[in-house]
Parts: sequence; structure tokens; C-alpha cells
Amino acid sequence: MSDTATSATADLKTAFDAMKDAGARPLRQSAWDAFSREGLPNRRVEAWHYTDLRAALCAVAPLRAAGPATPALARERESCRFVVLDGAFRPDLSDVSALPYGVSVLSLREALACGEAEILAALAGDAEDPTLALNAALMQDGAVLRVSPGCVLERPLEFANFISGGAARSVFTRSLVILGAGARATLLESFTPLERSGSQENHALVMVLGDGAKLDHVATIAPQSEDAVRVVSLLATLGENSALNSFCLVEGGGLLRRQIFATLSGVNADVSFNGASLLRGRDHADTTLVIRHESPGGKSREFFRHIVDESATGVFQGKVSVAPLAQKTDGAMQSKSLLLSDGASMNNKPELEIFADDVVCGHGATCGRLDADQLFYLEARGVPKPRAEALLIEGFANEALERVKDEATRDALAARVAAWLRMREAL
Amino acid sequence: MAALKETVDTVESIDVDAYKYGFSTDIESDKAPKGLSEDIVRFISAKKDEPQWLTDWRLSAYRRWLTMTEPNWARVEHPRIDYQDLYYYSAPKSTPGPTSLEDVDPELLRTYEKLGIPLREQEILAGVEVRRVAVDAVFDSVSVATTFKEELARAGVIFCPISEAVREHPELVRKYLGSVVPVSDNFFATLNSAVFSDGSFVYVPPGVRCPMELSTYFRINEKNTGQFERTLIIADAGSYVSYLEGCTAPKRDENQLHAAVVELVALDDAEIKYSTVQNWYPGDSEGRGGIYNFVTKRGDCRGRNSHISWTQVETGSAITWKYPSCILRGDNSQGEFYSIAVSNGRQQVDSGTKMIHLGKNTKSRIISKGISAGRSQNTYRGLVSAHRKAEGARNFTNCDSLLIGNRCGAHTVPYIESKNPSAQFEHEATTSKISQDQLFYAMQRGLSAEEATALIVNGFVRDVLQQLPMEFAVEAQKLISISLEGSVG
Repeated sequence: MSDTATSATADLKTAFDAMKDAGARPLRQSAWDAFSREGLPNRRVEAWHYTDLRAALCAVAPLRAAGPATPALARERESCRFVVLDGAFRPDLSDVSALPYGVSVLSLREALACGEAEILAALAGDAEDPTLALNAALMQDGAVLRVSPGCVLERPLEFANFISGGAARSVFTRSLVILGAGARATLLESFTPLERSGSQENHALVMVLGDGAKLDHVATIAPQSEDAVRVVSLLATLGENSALNSFCLVEGGGLLRRQIFATLSGVNADVSFNGASLLRGRDHADTTLVIRHESPGGKSREFFRHIVDESATGVFQGKVSVAPLAQKTDGAMQSKSLLLSDGASMNNKPELEIFADDVVCGHGATCGRLDADQLFYLEARGVPKPRAEALLIEGFANEALERVKDEATRDALAARVAAWLRMREAL
Repeated sequence: MAALKETVDTVESIDVDAYKYGFSTDIESDKAPKGLSEDIVRFISAKKDEPQWLTDWRLSAYRRWLTMTEPNWARVEHPRIDYQDLYYYSAPKSTPGPTSLEDVDPELLRTYEKLGIPLREQEILAGVEVRRVAVDAVFDSVSVATTFKEELARAGVIFCPISEAVREHPELVRKYLGSVVPVSDNFFATLNSAVFSDGSFVYVPPGVRCPMELSTYFRINEKNTGQFERTLIIADAGSYVSYLEGCTAPKRDENQLHAAVVELVALDDAEIKYSTVQNWYPGDSEGRGGIYNFVTKRGDCRGRNSHISWTQVETGSAITWKYPSCILRGDNSQGEFYSIAVSNGRQQVDSGTKMIHLGKNTKSRIISKGISAGRSQNTYRGLVSAHRKAEGARNFTNCDSLLIGNRCGAHTVPYIESKNPSAQFEHEATTSKISQDQLFYAMQRGLSAEEATALIVNGFVRDVLQQLPMEFAVEAQKLISISLEGSVG
């Protein structure tokens, strides 16, 4: 890795070497090799064209050690929660004693130690992304969940990732959820700093949906400090007739890359990825999706709304790839963005890559500011300008929020959007 | 699935080898030895009797080129090009320049006749009395005949080979050459700057509406000759010009490299309409021997209210790497891009446009229709960007792809970058195959499957065909159906 050798990669190498007793060495080694072939991605790497991670990560913070013993962790809603604090799975803070019927949980460390083939294979999930490979090489801990075939869970499962404040530290977590055939569940996922810090986080969640399984997934990424660098990846593999509906609310904070790699490997699989991002200050938030249709009859829907204020930068890259075998694929992607200030930027790159002929695929992307006519309409009726703007922005964001099926979850998300808007209005 | 199976079978049996224009002409040519070096660059320059400044310009481009690497981001695959194994200069024997059509080698005229180039006035007027077309024909690298010069001269329009313009209008060439596509722009443009052979030069003076459509036919002829055309069109304030470019090439065994550069400059209130029908040899059924077409085309809307419109119909070439772009620098300027790209056999097309909004209230419109059949790959790659000061920029993009057969690929890679909140960008893209319902409807009314498909494809590309000047539209329509012959069931 001649030209990609920077001091950051050297630091990462040191961290990797220090992990030699962490288990699953062959898996880590091959992941490290994959990472070091490319190094930290930069603008010249097409998939990272708009997000220069190498420039942002000029110094790698040391890996985070154990977090505080008894932190006060907020709880937004009733769920069966699994807490990962500062990169370590914390059974003591999780609802492990009252697991729903058919659910089993292990920490990533335990899972790697016992080396069960199914779990190791799922954990090794890779999508030709250097940061994901880096995550596999350096994964510290996480939660490994299994839902037995046919189980229908009423109570949502939750992966809660917390990061305590203080000096900048690196965190690498990898969690896994395996849904057996015909299982149904709701999974909440949250990334919350206990106190803002310039942390360097790399989280990955691997989902494996068995045939006929159905999963509703809602993730929230809370704001972090301006010097934070976060990569949050989601890897999903879908079996026959399975369905995944995923939503993510991004509230910016430093540099954030949210990436989704979904593979529709079974016939008639159905995915829907939706999201809204609220960016301000000097936030840089990148949402990148790669959807691979590998079997016939797949359906994919992507629906994103980006609200970019002040000097923030939004990025959306969505690639739908249809393999020659995947006839009858139905794909539609929409990314709309709203620029609220002169310093704001938005980069959209929706992409289609189609090798099968009997498909219907399309995408749409727009970029603009608030509609002057709509603003005028509201102002003419006595609504003050800031309030009128907030109303319109809220309506714009709600178009994405509507894709969340569960009402309570949707309300909680709407409340976060409203809070963000109140802050904007107050300025 | 019977219809699908049938389509697949028919695609397999496409006879791409039966390229209609696959013939070559035997004319002795005068060429430089193979390979590229400073000496070759000087040789080309000396052959053309160029002034020192141009020789230096070429040399600096060559030196720059040596430090560059070939771009690899496009979705095209080809064996490595050995730049030392090409001829960089070849001119038909009768170089001193014929003074009239009678002096032109009759063999050459017959070649044009086969291609259907309307070189003679009566041919041009046949059927189309009111419109006239001026042709600056390029045979290999040197322009050999120019018609209608007088009438153009009366209007004050300069339309001549660029080598002649260097001699007769050095101030114009020097001012504008390389001002849109800088010497160091990209690998292929830099190569072109170093070794460009010839091309067309157009200057339309202020307030003049060019009295006729200008047209150049390119034709690659000598074996192993890279063609490096350089076209420069300047529309001065308030003027209008429409330029047509069309090409066919004879069949060859080895890949032929083509790296042209086209620069358009539109000053205040000027309008340039540039239309291309490209039908170069696409290679045989295994993709061997087709033309590699790496072209840099860019228009600069330099003045206020200027307007540049690109229309292209791409049916040929083994590889097409081409992104006609508009730099919308002047306030209220407009850029348009209309494209039909048809790929069949083993063709690879990576084409699109760039609309760079710099000025206030600039508008752009992109309509791209891709049709892929056989085992071809067809990619639309386009950039729309608004810079900080591009207040009120507006873009609408529509990219549709049609797939015929299940061994081809259709890809869409748009880049949409906005740095101004008042910029309004809309992009939509769809990919689908010809609907069975539409086919059924047409066939039920007595059309054969092939006719029905042709009808639907024609409807699919209609938006773009309408943008072509009339003479070209007819030719383009024919080309599209020829290109798809045998690919539909």
C-alpha cells in the first residue's frame, strides 16, 4: 500500500496488531488485507467521491477501553434493549434476563470465541468497502441476536449504541441479527453520545433474513461534535419472500457516512430503505446505498429526504444493481433535497446498473429551496416567516417519516424533527 | 416467454459483420512514421506549415501528455492502446489543396458518393430546395474540398479547415483555440492538442445568422491512423449557427483510435446548434476492429443570453467515450443536450453530458435515450452542477433506457451537485424493456414484430429526433433502424 500509507493507516495497523488475541484471527486478517489493499478511502475512490475519509481521519484516536460502570442511559421507548457502550456489549445494562421467547443473545466476543459456522459466516459479511473491511478487522464487540424460525415478536428489539464523552477515542462495533425463516420482528437501532466528543466510530450491523422473514428497522443517529468521524454500515441479506423495511433519521454532527449494502438473494424479496437527514452547522452527512438484485421478482424502494442548512453538506449515492438473472425486478428510488441557506451543498448520485431486460427501474432526484409560492401563501395568512418555513420543512421531512409503519415510533421521530426545527426557528 | 426466447435467438444471429459502410478506398497517402515523439509533433506542425506559436503549443501539450495517465473510470473495457503503434499523420496524396471539385481525386468523390455525402450542389438540392448545406469534407486528416465558400463569405462567415484558419485568421485561432478545452484538460484532449491533424473552423461575425447549415463528414480511412480532429466554432455576439457532423468509417482489423476535440464559444446572445450523427465501424460480432472513440466536446456559453445545444445520435464505434458539455458562464445562458445512443453487438457506450452552471439564471435541459441490444453495455454518465453564484440555475434531466435482450446492460450514473439553494435541479431516469402490451397492440394491427419494435423505438427516441435538423433527422431515423436490424424479434 505504497501511496495509501498515511500516518492514519499506520496507527490503524498498530491497533490491528494489538488485537491479536481478540479471536477470529483468520477473519480479521483477511479483512485487514482487504482494507490495506485500498487504504482509507478518498475522493479518488468512486464510491467515496464526495466524502474524503482520508482527509478527515488524519489522526486515528486510540481504541476506547471499558466505558463507565453505571452510566445514566436515557430510554425513549419500551423495548427489549441491548446496550453497547463504548464499543463493549453490556449485559448488565441490557434486558438479557427477560428475553422474548425464541430470541437468543450473545456478545460478539462470545460468538467469535465459540466460532459457530453460521454466525462466523454472517459476521464476515463484506461488501467491498474498505471501511467495512476495517470494521471486520478491528471489531471490538457488539450483540449477536438470533430469532428462531417462525417467531413473531410483539415487543421491539433494540440495539442501543452509546458513546461516553471525554477525549477522542475510536470505536469499532459489529452486531448481527439473524431472523429465522418466517420470523417477524421490529428492530430499533440508535447511536447516541452521552456527551458530545470528537469520537471516531465505525459501526456495522449485519442482518440476515431467512425465507419469509419480515423485519422493520428504525435507526436514529443523534448529533455528535463537529470533529467526530462516524461510519455506520448496514449489511442486509434477504432470503426468498422476505421483507425489510428500514428507516434512518440522521441528525448530522461532524462527518457521518451511513452506508447500506443490501443483497436480495432469494426470489421475491422486498426491501424498502427510507430516511431523512437534518443537517446544519458544518455537518457532512453521506448516505450511500448499494442494492443488489440477484434473484427474480425482487422489489426495492428507496425514499430519502435531505434538509441541509447553514454550511452543511449532504450527499446521497444510491446504486441499484440488477444481475442478469434478476428478471421482473421492480426498483424505484427517490432522493429529494432542500437547501435552506447559501452555504449549503447537496450532492446526489443515484445510479442504475442493469443487466436484465425484463425490469422496471427508475430513480428521481431533486434539489432546490423552499417553494416561494407556498411560503407566500402562508405568510399572506399571517404566519410569520420562520414559522412558515418550519411548517414546510416539517411537511417535507414527514414525507419520509410516513414510511415508518409503527405509529409510536413515527411520533417519536416526528418529535425529534420538531425539536430540530425549533432550534432553527429560535436562531 | 416465447417472445423473449425468440428475441434472444435473433440477437444471437445478428450479423454485425454486415456493416453497410465497411469498405475502404485505395488512395496513396503521405504519412509520418509510426509512433509519437517530439519529432513527430514537429513533423505534423511542419507539414502544415504552422507558425512557431502553434508548434510550441503542440509541444507543450505533448510534454504535458507524457505526464498523464489514461482515465479508467468509464464503464468501457478494451485492450491497452499502444500509442507508439499508431500513425499520427496521414494526408491524401493530393495535399497542395484542390482549388475546385474538378481537381479532387475522383476516387475520393466516389467514396463520398457511396456515403451519400451531398458534396455537389445539385445533390444537396435534390428534394430539399430551400435549405442548403455547406460541406467541409475531411478525408482522413486533411480537408480536401469546401463548397459554398462564396456565399458564406458574403455573409462574413468563415468556414474553413482549421489549418487554413491558422494561416488566414491567426488572431482568431490564437484567441480561442484551447480556451474551452484547455491543453491539459484530459488525457485524450491533451493528446489531441499535441497531434491534431485538421478539422473545421467556423467564425460567425456579430449579428449574422449563418445562411445555411454547416456540415462536416469525417471518415477514417488509412489503416492504423489515429484521427485527431480539432473543431473550433465561434459565434460572435448575436449570431446563430447550426453545425452538422456525421461520420461512417470503413471496416478495419485493428482498433482505430479517435480522439477529437470540439470547442464551441458562444458570445452574448449567440446561439450554436451542434448536431452529430455518428456511425463508425462498431467491430465485428465479437467486437474486434471497431473504432475507439474518445472525444472531448465542450461548449462555453461565454456571453449573456447565449445558447448552446448538442444533439447526438450515436450508433457506431466499438467504444464511445464522449461527454458533450456546456459551461454556462454568461447570465441567462442556456445549455441543451439531446442524445440517442444505440448499442448492439459488443459495443460499449459511456456517454453523457456536463452542465456546469456558473452564471445567474442559467438553464439546462438533458434528454438522453439509450437503447441497448445484443451484448452491448450502454452507460449514461452526466454531471449537473451549480456553483455558489449560480443564482436561479435550473436543470431538468431525463434519461431513459431501453433494453432489448437479456445479455446487454443499461446503466445510469448521474452526478447532481448543488451549492446554491436557489438552484432547482430535477433528475429522472427509467429503465425498462419494450412493453409486451405495446408490441401486442401494434402487431394486432398487422405489423410484424420487427416493424412494431421499430415503431416503438422510434416513439421512444422521438423527443430527440425532433431536435435534429431535418436532413439529419431522416438519416438518423434510418441509422437507428439499421443499427437495430436483427436485434428484435
